[in-house]
Amino acid sequence: MDSALIPRGVKRCPTWQFALWIGAAGAVLLWGVFAMLLCWFKGLNQTNMNDSYGFALWIWADLAVIALGGGAFFTGFLRYIVGKDELKNIINYAVLIGFICYSSALLILAIDIGQPLRGWFIFWHANVHSMLTEVAFCLTCYFGVLTIEYVPLILENRQIDKVPFFHRLGHNMHEIMAVFAATGAFLSFFHQGSLGGVSGVLFGRPFGYREGIFIWPWTFFLYTWSAAACGPCFTIMITKITEKVTGKRLVKQNVIELLAKISGWMIGTYIIAKIIDTWYWAKVTAPAAGFNLMDFYSNNPFYGIWILVLEIVICGVVPAIILTSEKGRKNPAALMTAIILAVLGACVNRWVMVLQVMAVPVLTFENWVMYYPSWQEVATTILPVAYGVILISLSYRYLPIFPQEQELNPEV
Amino acid sequence: MKEEQSKEKVKKFGMVIDLDKCTGCGACMVACMAENNVPFKEDESKKLDSITWLRIYKLTNGKSFPDADICYLPRPCQHCGGKGDHGHSPCVSVCPATATDYNKETGIVSQIYTRCFGCRYCMAACPYHARYFNWWDPVWPDGMEKYLSPNVSVRMRGVVEKCSFCFHRYQLAMDKAYYEGRREIEETEYQTACTQSCPANAIAFGDLNNSGHAVYELKKDKNAFRLLERLQTNPKVYYLSSREWVRRAGDNYLKDEKK
Amino acid sequence: MFPFCFEWMWDMSHMVFMGGLWYALTIIGLGMTFCIGKAFYDTFFDKGKDDNHH
Repeated sequence: MDSALIPRGVKRCPTWQFALWIGAAGAVLLWGVFAMLLCWFKGLNQTNMNDSYGFALWIWADLAVIALGGGAFFTGFLRYIVGKDELKNIINYAVLIGFICYSSALLILAIDIGQPLRGWFIFWHANVHSMLTEVAFCLTCYFGVLTIEYVPLILENRQIDKVPFFHRLGHNMHEIMAVFAATGAFLSFFHQGSLGGVSGVLFGRPFGYREGIFIWPWTFFLYTWSAAACGPCFTIMITKITEKVTGKRLVKQNVIELLAKISGWMIGTYIIAKIIDTWYWAKVTAPAAGFNLMDFYSNNPFYGIWILVLEIVICGVVPAIILTSEKGRKNPAALMTAIILAVLGACVNRWVMVLQVMAVPVLTFENWVMYYPSWQEVATTILPVAYGVILISLSYRYLPIFPQEQELNPEV
Repeated sequence: MKEEQSKEKVKKFGMVIDLDKCTGCGACMVACMAENNVPFKEDESKKLDSITWLRIYKLTNGKSFPDADICYLPRPCQHCGGKGDHGHSPCVSVCPATATDYNKETGIVSQIYTRCFGCRYCMAACPYHARYFNWWDPVWPDGMEKYLSPNVSVRMRGVVEKCSFCFHRYQLAMDKAYYEGRREIEETEYQTACTQSCPANAIAFGDLNNSGHAVYELKKDKNAFRLLERLQTNPKVYYLSSREWVRRAGDNYLKDEKK
Repeated sequence: MFPFCFEWMWDMSHMVFMGGLWYALTIIGLGMTFCIGKAFYDTFFDKGKDDNHH
């Protein structure tokens, strides 16, 4: 039925099967949309956030998807600026995943604010000293860049490409993509960093606060670094999941291994910096505020030292070791383990820097505050996942996302 | 000379609360809510989303009888001056939409309700939990809206609010002074609702920079302390207590660290 | 965001922050103007139809 839209030389599932798949994801999407509308029309009392947890699940999800979406800027940087030509075989997908992550992040922010209709105040009445202002500006601009990077892909659809203007527009955009990629890398550096700065500058919250250089706390640089390190792992993870779902090989192993190797070295260097940062914070910054390290990891039902070990050792050191060794990269099980751990590591780091910051008591006569999300929060957090599944499915079906697909899956 | 004059004019309003006098009666909380049109819920049992610009904490020394001791600690917004007292309070510097501001003339941290879009970053930044979010639209019992103060705007759902040191009272006092051809106000002309309602006279309010105001000397008391001074938030609310354990409860100390 | 907003100040922070922002926006804007303009030009004069970017 829709065969005229499907790229030449590749096979796709029957329309009914595709419709069923989209329908299932659509149902989840609708559930999320319903929760989103509840939050918009009834207010944030639909959530389990409270005055101790002004930042909660959504902000974590926001930070996590932005970190994982960092695969787009870093792969783009490697492909267009550094000149790693092999990465052209995965860059389209990295861009698509980045586009989904960033559009989701913006949507989450629009739901998260108490007065959504005033969202534009952050631009209009900008306080340039606030990390959140920097986040909003760079995030929005970079989303624009990602759209510019994604549009040529849409223009490559068989039918759209037939329109002379669109064909030429797509070509022109490809020609100067390096300029956009460089701008994207510039913007990403700042918004990933300023997201790190969000908790790093909170000098009233000793768990999150970090010293730094000039106006930037160390978390500023650590966030950019970790996004560049773990983002590509997320790209690889989603690629592998897509391969599993479609039952096809879509990207050659050497491309995956190259990206994994770069990612491994990035994670390795990041985790060294993170260990130094944590050590300095535990020994100098926090004690200056009257806190021992273990004050942050005891006297509460959830946050134990295990979370620090999980973040730094299990989801940092381990994937770094696996991905930097050729043997590790060549072993599919080890590679996948490392990729998943790295993705989990970025998520745990963002969780800790959002939710644990809120949980730790600062006044001596206050206690730890625990929080669990309401179903509306869970549904609106799953909403982007369903949206991502739908956009990936549509893009995979109708656009030539994977340049190596035809070669890897010759028609018999 | 000119510099001296302008320095003299810079006010720094603050509070000194004598914790040895405070009985925890809650009159200050009630006065604050009535004065500032603070909304309340039908069911106020869940305190984590209740709005209390001034909240009274109950502190205990953790000992058993006969050494057990308690202390009530009223906590308004601390109107932090931030590091170096330059006005970089934890909340002001983080607000992305400039919806909270540090008034350099009075040292008061304001909240512009019509500009706040409810990102709650300021709440995350405040270590005193002095900022509150309007999770609901304010609903007043029938007829009660007639008792609302016309000098304080009622806040809508989705914005953050906090203690303003009854700033509208300062504005009214200044208006009156200007009308009478004066440029300065007397100590008694500007007092917060909580100060006036305290039956034990535990709260003193005034200009911390003005040697004629009671708070000027009170803050120098050897038993005076501020909450979380080590964080360098530089609050304008001082507390007095003759009890060592109360003073020590004002800040975090490492185990076996001497004050 | 704009110099006519009353929060705007001609200080270092605004110049660095907003300078960076407008710099990025200018590059993006000029880049897209070039792409769209050239596409119109090429379409109108029937040029570049065999260009392939795959």
